Amino acid sequence: MNQRVGTDSSPLRFAACESASIPLFATFIGARRRAPPARTHRQIGSQLVGRRILAAMGGLDSSSMETDLDRPNIEEYLTTETIREVPKKLHLSDLLDISPTLTEAAGAIVDDSFTRCFKSNSPEPWNWNIYLFPLWCLGVVVRYGILFPASFSWLVSLSNLISCMFCRVGVLALGWIVFFAAFLPVHFLIRGHDKWRRKIERKLVEMMCSVFVASWTGVIKYHGPRPSRRPQQVFVANHTSMIDFIILEQMTAFAVIMQKHPGWVGFIQKTILESVGCIWFNRTESKDREVVATKIREHTQGVDNNPLLIFPEGTCVNNHYTVMFKKGAFELGCAVCPVAIKYNKIFVDAFWNSKKQSFTTHLAQLMTSWAVVCDVWYLEPQYIRPGEIPIEFAERVRDMISVRAGLKKVPWDGYLKYFRPSPKLTERKQQIFAESVLKRLEEK
Amino acid sequence: MGNASSMLTQYDIEEVQEHCNYLFSQQEIVALYNRFCQLDRTAKGFISSDEFLSIPEFSLNPLSQRLLKMVDGLNFKDFVAFLSAFSPQATPQQKVELIFKVYDVDGKGRVTFKDLLEVLRDLTGSFMSEEQREKVLGQVLEEAGYSRESSLYLEDFMKVLSKAGLKMEVEVPVD
Repeated sequence: MNQRVGTDSSPLRFAACESASIPLFATFIGARRRAPPARTHRQIGSQLVGRRILAAMGGLDSSSMETDLDRPNIEEYLTTETIREVPKKLHLSDLLDISPTLTEAAGAIVDDSFTRCFKSNSPEPWNWNIYLFPLWCLGVVVRYGILFPASFSWLVSLSNLISCMFCRVGVLALGWIVFFAAFLPVHFLIRGHDKWRRKIERKLVEMMCSVFVASWTGVIKYHGPRPSRRPQQVFVANHTSMIDFIILEQMTAFAVIMQKHPGWVGFIQKTILESVGCIWFNRTESKDREVVATKIREHTQGVDNNPLLIFPEGTCVNNHYTVMFKKGAFELGCAVCPVAIKYNKIFVDAFWNSKKQSFTTHLAQLMTSWAVVCDVWYLEPQYIRPGEIPIEFAERVRDMISVRAGLKKVPWDGYLKYFRPSPKLTERKQQIFAESVLKRLEEK
Repeated sequence: MGNASSMLTQYDIEEVQEHCNYLFSQQEIVALYNRFCQLDRTAKGFISSDEFLSIPEFSLNPLSQRLLKMVDGLNFKDFVAFLSAFSPQATPQQKVELIFKVYDVDGKGRVTFKDLLEVLRDLTGSFMSEEQREKVLGQVLEEAGYSRESSLYLEDFMKVLSKAGLKMEVEVPVD
């Protein structure tokens, strides 16, 4: 909540976003879209109450709504002028004047902070003049014709395969062959010595991820101490695309929580990732949350398991913003190690807009671009502080990751991509308005 | 200008500007066009209700259903015309006209007690009983010189709301 959202050309819009994070009160205060009371309530309200609002905002399920903590303390959010104001007698104009509500709706139509998080930024065309354009054409030829040969010539003969060694698909294909040649025997034959088998499988998965990264000419800089294998810790990272996992896996074999995917990705999930100890979930199943929570807890307690990697945003975001973190990873009572990932947009936009393209298309797009350049920062492990609730802990870690990777924070739940906001939020607004009307009715 | 092509020509921009009574600058119209294309995911040329409701802030607005009736299926020109009431350059009359249209969503030209009740119901939800709402409305109408049976016309709205000093402005972010 501390980080100002946005240094764009129109700071008022993003300041309005801050007040949009408290839309409950805008109706009552009659806030103009252009002049939000954001600063005033930051002075009055404590951070704690701010977290409660965010909790109320972010919660989609009833359990997080029922607790007392989520009921915001309205006095803390009134501006000083409104507090001193004695409720005036109710007139017809007050009931007819729906302009604050309409303004909020129109403001949301014109620009809203949630949709901004999922906008793929189309690269600006730089090939627009007479000498750059032929260079760009040459680049296309190199990227599509040499780096990514479409022909499956590797199928033909081994000599061709070797000649394609410098080509990306060739590298990838060779990598898969080597991987499966080693993985399958190890997985099925070495039954007795589990510890050895696990170790070899881990190394193979790491190798395969390195092959993937090489196939997109990935230039990845890792900063900070490498993750160590010990129990009672989870890793959390911001999420831009499924390749986040591959990039991190290259360095350390993590166990990860993933949404079940169909197609070839699902096949890989079932066969290979099973060996590193992954946990599956299904967004659309409502009871899934408790099941997954139990599995996570068991995993972190096991000594032999790979360190667990969780993406608390729950969905891919476009690497300019972070959406609210789900508290599941933060209420396990163990250390939380944040990891920040930031892609360099100059080379390729690594955001996987899952509504616009399939993962295969996304991978193909990555393989036909020049390079994937990104920075990975392993940050200091965090522990929950005494008196801190998991949601605040999650926000604190989100702060750290956003600051490190230069991302702006947005107070929305990532799952709003798939589901509608809870009607309880609308009800809260209705309640405030109704109470104000009834109160003013008493005044004579 | 029915379909959402990726480029707006100067003619298009001027046509849209004229249609919205020059309440938006050309840059704002281009910005609104980008927004329109972003919301209209399947490039149909209009934004469906579902796409409006995928904006969380809009979805949790109490008047969202009423507004949806007004904005659903609008092409870009009419979309801009709808939003023009929120331009800082719009006159109070234009703002009151929009408020009137929100109340009179079926376009009969007058606002009845029933319409007032419906809007108040949207705004207060289950936190006021129907009797309380009727009582409140009856009381303020009487005090303003109307009765429950009388219909309000645009002139009445202008008269009542001109004293209110409407603050109904939205800033279009121009990159």
